[in-house]
Amino acid sequence: MTLTTDQEETYNSDANATEPARAPDRTRPVPIFLISLLTVVGLVASWAAATSAELVSPLFLPSPAAVALSLLHLVSVGFVDSTLLEHVQASLGRVLGGLAVSVVIGVPAGLAIGTSRIGRGVLDPIVEFLRPLPPLAYLPLIIIWFGIGEASKVTVIALSMLPSIIISTASGVRCVPKDHINAARAFGATKGQVTLHVVLPSALPSILTGTRIALGAGWSTLVAAELVAATRGLGFMIQSAAQFLVTDVVIAGIAVIALIAILLEIAARALERWLAPWASAS
Amino acid sequence: MSQLSFNEVSLVYPPRDRRAASQLVLDRVTVSLATGEFVVVIGRSGSGKTSLLNLAAGFQEPTGGTVKLDGNTIEGPGAERAVVFQDDALYPWLDARDNVAFPLRLRGVGERERRARADELLDLVGLTGAGNRRVWELSGGMRQRVGIARALAAEPRFLLLDEPLGALDALTRNRMQTFLLDVWAKSRCGALLITHSIDEALLLATRIVVLSPNPGRLAADITSSFAADILAGTPASVVRSSPAFKRMHDDVTGLINSVTLEEELAA
Repeated sequence: MTLTTDQEETYNSDANATEPARAPDRTRPVPIFLISLLTVVGLVASWAAATSAELVSPLFLPSPAAVALSLLHLVSVGFVDSTLLEHVQASLGRVLGGLAVSVVIGVPAGLAIGTSRIGRGVLDPIVEFLRPLPPLAYLPLIIIWFGIGEASKVTVIALSMLPSIIISTASGVRCVPKDHINAARAFGATKGQVTLHVVLPSALPSILTGTRIALGAGWSTLVAAELVAATRGLGFMIQSAAQFLVTDVVIAGIAVIALIAILLEIAARALERWLAPWASAS
Repeated sequence: MSQLSFNEVSLVYPPRDRRAASQLVLDRVTVSLATGEFVVVIGRSGSGKTSLLNLAAGFQEPTGGTVKLDGNTIEGPGAERAVVFQDDALYPWLDARDNVAFPLRLRGVGERERRARADELLDLVGLTGAGNRRVWELSGGMRQRVGIARALAAEPRFLLLDEPLGALDALTRNRMQTFLLDVWAKSRCGALLITHSIDEALLLATRIVVLSPNPGRLAADITSSFAADILAGTPASVVRSSPAFKRMHDDVTGLINSVTLEEELAA
């Protein structure tokens, strides 16, 4: 707090301690990124200290080195019949499959809500029913219907992604500037042409944002779904490791899940910048 | 030659809620416009200028009277009446060339022909070589040039211009006025331009239509010859400083102001 508010006295004492040669005035506040990095380093360091001082049993909290080793082991040998890569592939495949299904259903549904009164009347209650439901609440029902195979997992993920894709598409469609539509009409566009050439591209930034949010929701749903019923995948890997009390694999698995979530977010943002550069430019 | 005509056109907006009264926007306006003419509609806010243009474009239908193109009642928008919007309404997901080619794409013109025609039009509006530029990176004046090129791509008989220069800075605006006149003369279209600026109306118009506000009524329909002078090569600055221009400027200003006073007395 004091570091970023640029208070001269508090900051000077700090700067004098670390960099006495530097002029005390006109120094820039420490960047937030550096503060975050120091926090992470600090947390890992205290984790290492706690384990090396044997404050906690390795059964509950293995050392960072042990986790790193088990991560290497996961990559080369694997755990419960599959290597880490195979677990990641299984999980990613399900999430991307779910994403494909929910985009194919969600974008037309959002278009219907945004453009037609009937579409809105029919689909609004369904979306509003689905949206607040935790996906794990309907997972048992989906398993009864589709069994414990891939179909049920992809269905649950798709269902958890659908509301945000539908809602973001509908709001993107409703926000299309009137002049954009009128311009196309003035040039003789049919209703279908207006939808295809104006409404959809205009709603694209909003659809992509919805997809990015959906991807985050889908990823957490997936891991949870794999805890319940799967024979491969990151969630399943953690669950089986926990049953054998292989805590280092559990922690390594959690780290991988977090890392992939971050990478998905970065990829989705890059996709937004690539496909809809005007949305961030103006 | 084509003719766009408003015959006793009235427009009423329904009340916004039960307590509000319905609003009369245009009151029996009769005016017509032929290809080769540049008609500028001027009036205060609330005089229904933009409504008049929307009716010509076919975005709205009149409550009373008729809007006709060559004797046929206008039903909805059509490519023969191309519109240029105040905030340009270019599509940011298309580059400048594809924006210009948009009306051709709707008509199913092939890719190669589309590109060639769009590049010709970009040349015409002074944007040679800017085809690949992203439209959101262009300046306001350049965006309006793209918008005008796009309107021309539809091969319209009438150009409907809704305050196209309204959002530009004064210097760009002056340059764009002369440019607009040149493009119109080359296109042989009829032009209907909405503006707040008396100066702009005098410079561009072959006819000035003055609307009085609340409700919009036809207050005056004046012929103007300054546009011809500019097209003949007289610089706009010289035209502006001529006594005739100043006199007419005063006349139109007086017309707009007196109209407002009358309206206020009536109300």
